Amino acid sequence: MSATTINLSGPLLRAFRRFRLDGWTVGAVVVAASVATPLIAVVSIAFAPDDDIWAHLSATVLPLYIEKTLLLMLGVGAGTFVIGTGTAWLVTMCRFPGRWVFNWALLLPLAVPAYVLAFVVTDQLEYAGTLQAWLREIFGWETRQDYWFPEIRSLGGAITVMTLVLYPYVYLLSRAAFLEQSVCVLEVSRTLGKNPWQGFFSVALPLARPAIVVGVTLVLMETLNDLGTVEFFAVPTFTAGIYDVWLNMNSIAGAAQMATVMMIFVLVLIGIERFARSGQRYHHTSSKYSTLPSYRLRGVRAFFATAACTVPVILGFALPAAVLTGYALEFYEETLSADFFVYAANSLSLSAIAAVLAVLIGLFLAYGTRLGGGLVVKSAARFASIGYAVPGAILAIGVMIPLARLDSALDIFSRQAFGIPLGLLLSGTIIAVVYGYLTRFLALSYGTLEASLGKITPSMDGAARTLGCSPGMALRRVHFPLVRGSLLTAGLLVFVDCMKELPLTIILRPFNYETLATFVFQYASDELLEESALGALTIVAAGILPVILLSLTIARSRPGQGAPNAASATETEGMAP
Amino acid sequence: MSGLHLNNVSHAYDNRNPVLSGISVFVAPGELVCLLGPSGCGKTTLLRVAAGLELLQVGQVTIAEKVVAEGRDGLHVPPEKRGIGLMFQDYALFPHLNVFENVTFGLTENIPERRKWAEKALARMDLAEYAESYPHILSGGQQQRVALLRALAPEPRVLLLDEPFSGLDVTRRADVRAETLGFLKETGVATLMVTHDPEEAMFMADRILVMDQGRILQDGTPVQTYYQPQNAFVAALFGPVNRLRGKVKGNRVETPLGAFEAKNLDDGETVEILIRPEGLRLTLSGEAPEIQAGDGPQGLETGPETETRNGAASPQQPRLARALSARPLGRSSHVELAVADGQGSEIILEARVPGVFLPARGEKILLSVNPRQAHVFPVP
Repeated sequence: MSATTINLSGPLLRAFRRFRLDGWTVGAVVVAASVATPLIAVVSIAFAPDDDIWAHLSATVLPLYIEKTLLLMLGVGAGTFVIGTGTAWLVTMCRFPGRWVFNWALLLPLAVPAYVLAFVVTDQLEYAGTLQAWLREIFGWETRQDYWFPEIRSLGGAITVMTLVLYPYVYLLSRAAFLEQSVCVLEVSRTLGKNPWQGFFSVALPLARPAIVVGVTLVLMETLNDLGTVEFFAVPTFTAGIYDVWLNMNSIAGAAQMATVMMIFVLVLIGIERFARSGQRYHHTSSKYSTLPSYRLRGVRAFFATAACTVPVILGFALPAAVLTGYALEFYEETLSADFFVYAANSLSLSAIAAVLAVLIGLFLAYGTRLGGGLVVKSAARFASIGYAVPGAILAIGVMIPLARLDSALDIFSRQAFGIPLGLLLSGTIIAVVYGYLTRFLALSYGTLEASLGKITPSMDGAARTLGCSPGMALRRVHFPLVRGSLLTAGLLVFVDCMKELPLTIILRPFNYETLATFVFQYASDELLEESALGALTIVAAGILPVILLSLTIARSRPGQGAPNAASATETEGMAP
Repeated sequence: MSGLHLNNVSHAYDNRNPVLSGISVFVAPGELVCLLGPSGCGKTTLLRVAAGLELLQVGQVTIAEKVVAEGRDGLHVPPEKRGIGLMFQDYALFPHLNVFENVTFGLTENIPERRKWAEKALARMDLAEYAESYPHILSGGQQQRVALLRALAPEPRVLLLDEPFSGLDVTRRADVRAETLGFLKETGVATLMVTHDPEEAMFMADRILVMDQGRILQDGTPVQTYYQPQNAFVAALFGPVNRLRGKVKGNRVETPLGAFEAKNLDDGETVEILIRPEGLRLTLSGEAPEIQAGDGPQGLETGPETETRNGAASPQQPRLARALSARPLGRSSHVELAVADGQGSEIILEARVPGVFLPARGEKILLSVNPRQAHVFPVP
């Protein structure tokens, strides 16, 4: 009887039983569905027949958007690859002055949102900026016509700015990959007649390729997400285009159609990333780790190594931090009088609410997945975590539209049932903003907590259950204490990303509601960087917290002592500038 | 029927390969039953099904006369409501709780007498001074004892042990086993233990269930399992065996080592004769053969089935063999020897002789077979 009965009772019956057995599964599916709603909404609006401006768009601006977006991605991808892997190789394999400082200092630019760096760079390098004024003084030039200076607010400028704040992703992942490589493999390449450079290109780089691909993909996703930089630099990218079509051309459907095209683009990127991740570990043929060879660099080489690591840190972090600090000290009164504390309080409370919710929901989802759940829950959870890759502008559309429909439905219901008009309950409130943050950043807390729970052996669950704990009690008495650290990490990552998040906030915020990010963006766009410097500095300061966390992870990870890769990979995804 | 009863349990992780096929197990209160089998034979799955950590697909699980899982109608009492203790192979001690908190984890209500029991048990297991310590500083043996006490603290009616000694050093294993056995026998709990180590099963078990590929091949006492294996798999479980082949003729098989009984087997059927290395008796030619350890227990219960059992050879004349190599193993010696097969060729045999027995290469040896250690099975 056994074989046939099993065949008949297969996965379907089992799935059914699970559903009946625990509310965890049902809850997980509901959560995943609500997080995925914005994505579905965007697609369904795009396919709604009315208001089709696609033909118009594709005849006019679309080719330009595509061209600029691809160029931007190409430039930022290449730039971050070179800087990221180059500096990672230097600090892991070579010894030169300042190496241990660069180990963590190279991460600092992560704390600076791209739009903040864009403002600072423009402020310093444009015609009226410090550098050009200085050059005019030295050479006696009088006007713009007397000399040539590259245009800062351009595609090239955007590529430079984004490369400088995004390369740490590639640095972090390739550094971890280099550390994981068994030194023996490199030594073998030396004994087979390769010099260090050849060893790097023929062994180390190919071995680290999967990790580097993941890093560059994350960079490209962030590039697509950026709205502040491209708006300020007037680079007509896809993201800027969506914003433009929606708010200036007033065409939701057009924006949704563009968003759908872009989402397909993003899905391809996710596919590449997943593929690279699945092959992330080549099987190590040797488990021997000795101390890394540490080529000692001297003289000119040491100088160039130090310089190569110094420049990105200075341009990506030290310069903006110094400039902003200077302005903040000089102009803090203006900033404070511009309701700085209100904006700061708004930013803090929004981010804190989103962080707490993201951690709770992420834990629920991760634990629900762990409880079994099978295919249904696992795919739901995976689907819910696509949000982190989808640009904020797209998510904003997807949040706005369902909420508006829900609002009007509630309003009608309330009028009919109680005769009380409700107006807009959800859309245009901070609920919409928090919902947007959650759809985008839930993947962060979920990923962190899932990785952390994954380190707890399933026997723990079994032991707790057989000792009389229900799943909920086991979570409270066993898992919760064990992942407490990761709960904090997850919360912090979400919190900082929400502080920095611009596109979602600027589109979804209630009327006249300012956070630090929107305040800085609007003031600085109006050439009032000095007055908003304190706000920008606050965002950067908050962004340093996860950098410290990551540095600690790096300090703990040494070759041969476990894999630093898993931990840092999870945490990287969070550091959206 | 109190105790643990698994009735006709089948289980599959995917639809093609059943892990368990129609298995029935009964463990009485106070009894210790060992599931013995190679890794991947499904024994851990059976344990998880009994504990409720795995959903039952087909069959029925009863604990203390209460049905806790029913394959057909989907009844599934969750593990926390079954009153079972489960000890994991990796012990699964909670790293964030100290030893005493670990042991008392399962005491949901604050029951003073059980807490007192925990204190006493820790003292008895020489763990009193570690009560406030965290698991990671304990040795493997200490962790094992904490895990055992933790599983027993809530007074489960059924205790499930998953490879409880595999994480221990060989030198510590024997002590811990004896200690554990003594402790379990005092509590009177029905214990189902999983192991792949036949010696461990022999030592611990009241009954051994030999499992392979999701089926139970034999259910018997340790002595029965060793001396009356039901098939070649069970016979070979205790280590390498000498294998001879032959054809049945008139309820007997003729081999170079003599004739073996082959009752109830048709003439012309090919059979395999398995002889344990310790079942070969060796004497240097000239000495009289003597009774050796391992000849089989006196008064071994011979039920009706053993009457018709095959394998016991009729009294035989010692054969002449030639030593090929001899190696001392400590308690016994390992001897490799060659016997003429009567067709101009030789067969190679392995023997294990108690004490030091190291004939020189080429030395003549008289060889006879302990009839209790030779088993005849039809070749499938």
